[in-house]
Amino acid sequence: MTPIISLSHVDYAYPNSDVLALHDLSLTINQGEWVAIIGHNGSGKSTFAKLLNYLLAPTKGEIKINDVVANEENMWTIRDMVGMVFQNPDNQFVGATVADDVAFGMENRSVPREEMMKRVDDALTEVQMMPFADREPARLSGGQKQRVAIASVLALQPKILILDEATAMLDPKGRREMIALVRDLKARMGDDLTVISITHDIDEAASAERVMVINDGELIETGLPSEIFANADQLRRFGLAVPFAEQLKEKLRQRGITVPDEYLTTEGLVTWLWQSISTK
Amino acid sequence: MFSNMIIGRYMPGDSWIHRLDARTKLVLSIAFIFVIFFANNVIGYAFATVFTLLAIMLTGLGVGVFIRGVKPLILLMLITTLFQLFFVQTGDVLIHWWFIKITTDGVINSIVVFVRFMLIIMFSTILTLTTQPLAVADGMESLLKPFKKIGLPVSELALMLSIALRFVPTLMDEAQSIMNAQRARGVRFNEGSLMTRIKSFVPLLIPLFVNAIKRAIELGDAMEARGYRGGDQRTKYRVLTWHRQDTVAIIGFIIFTVVLIATRWMM
Repeated sequence: MTPIISLSHVDYAYPNSDVLALHDLSLTINQGEWVAIIGHNGSGKSTFAKLLNYLLAPTKGEIKINDVVANEENMWTIRDMVGMVFQNPDNQFVGATVADDVAFGMENRSVPREEMMKRVDDALTEVQMMPFADREPARLSGGQKQRVAIASVLALQPKILILDEATAMLDPKGRREMIALVRDLKARMGDDLTVISITHDIDEAASAERVMVINDGELIETGLPSEIFANADQLRRFGLAVPFAEQLKEKLRQRGITVPDEYLTTEGLVTWLWQSISTK
Repeated sequence: MFSNMIIGRYMPGDSWIHRLDARTKLVLSIAFIFVIFFANNVIGYAFATVFTLLAIMLTGLGVGVFIRGVKPLILLMLITTLFQLFFVQTGDVLIHWWFIKITTDGVINSIVVFVRFMLIIMFSTILTLTTQPLAVADGMESLLKPFKKIGLPVSELALMLSIALRFVPTLMDEAQSIMNAQRARGVRFNEGSLMTRIKSFVPLLIPLFVNAIKRAIELGDAMEARGYRGGDQRTKYRVLTWHRQDTVAIIGFIIFTVVLIATRWMM
């Protein structure tokens, strides 16, 4: 496994602030991984995302993306490799229509027009937004706009896709669709696409291969989603939501029922309940 | 409250005028403002009116839409007309009462100004009704290209314009929801004296501005994340193409201008 993102001893403080938003952060993410970063509001997880794209420059320490050091000189190379989808669907829609928005990033990179047309079509097909190519953003739902935002990133053929709370403002249906879309993309592109989702959403985090917990600017824990979510006490301590299945397991345990220790999704727990009843 | 504005609104369609290049429509609308001044008698104005009506017919939108478009400006037009009526003092006196003196020249001038105003508004409305705002922005960029040489940041201005246009519906929606939120708290927007009404808009404007600035910051991040760095090396996804009908429209307009000049000697 080749590391694609590596941070060593990174500090970041916002201008005019004494508090470090990120403190001594060191981590490695491998190519093709899907990593979820969770943490409560103000934990520094969005700051982390912006550092990866050189929207913010680290105060101390070093960030390497695909062996390129993130600095002023390399920032455009970095941005070619790292695509970002932000939280607010409206505030990242630059183009006047869907197709224009997908083309925006390519226009910036002087991609010839013929190539642009082809890539716009491909990217929109990928996110199932082709029928909406000529629509204005005002006539799209939040979920559709976020899918366009993903298409805009895909058209630039990045190595890394960062979802910075990209599902936070969507309704449950839009959220499910987004997660399904990223899952499909990941399945199709395999190691060519590394996904980092900064999220509050348990389902989104549970889809990842690895979960990192950030609290007050420090990396607290890294593990499989099942390991992280099984530890309800710790999640609560860091101000995070405990998945429903885990809450139910806790209640069952209190009533003296033996439940499996490993993390179960809601569906997984339902299956387990059925099975334990029928084998009784 | 924002729904009955026709000015600046685009109405989709597939007429001959809709399909004209934005540059053609822009140039002709601007040219019309100057050309109309060639008319100096009834025949000239009648001819210009017929030409404008013909252009309106070609949009396939119906005259009604255009009349509604003129409506919000009627007050402005009337004020200008009245100015002519009261302040032109030459010609035969028709009414002389106290300090008011209305003369034949005044009447003629006010009619002329009214008709001219009307025609110019109608003609410009053709541009805005049949051309997508974005196409207008593209057209402007293309027409202003020569000014790049003297350092005018044409591409940046065009991008600013297209982003501004793109955010109009977003901000209108936002204004609407802020208004609803304030109404729910008991603010009344359409009651009371003029002063109270103006004051009641302050709690609408402040959150709107604050949010607009927040949006601008986020949009800036999103643009940079997608590699925007300004400059001329950017390629364009949208291109304007000149068709035969554009040449036809220009020739038609030139003929109109020549005939209009000719009408000066017809009376």
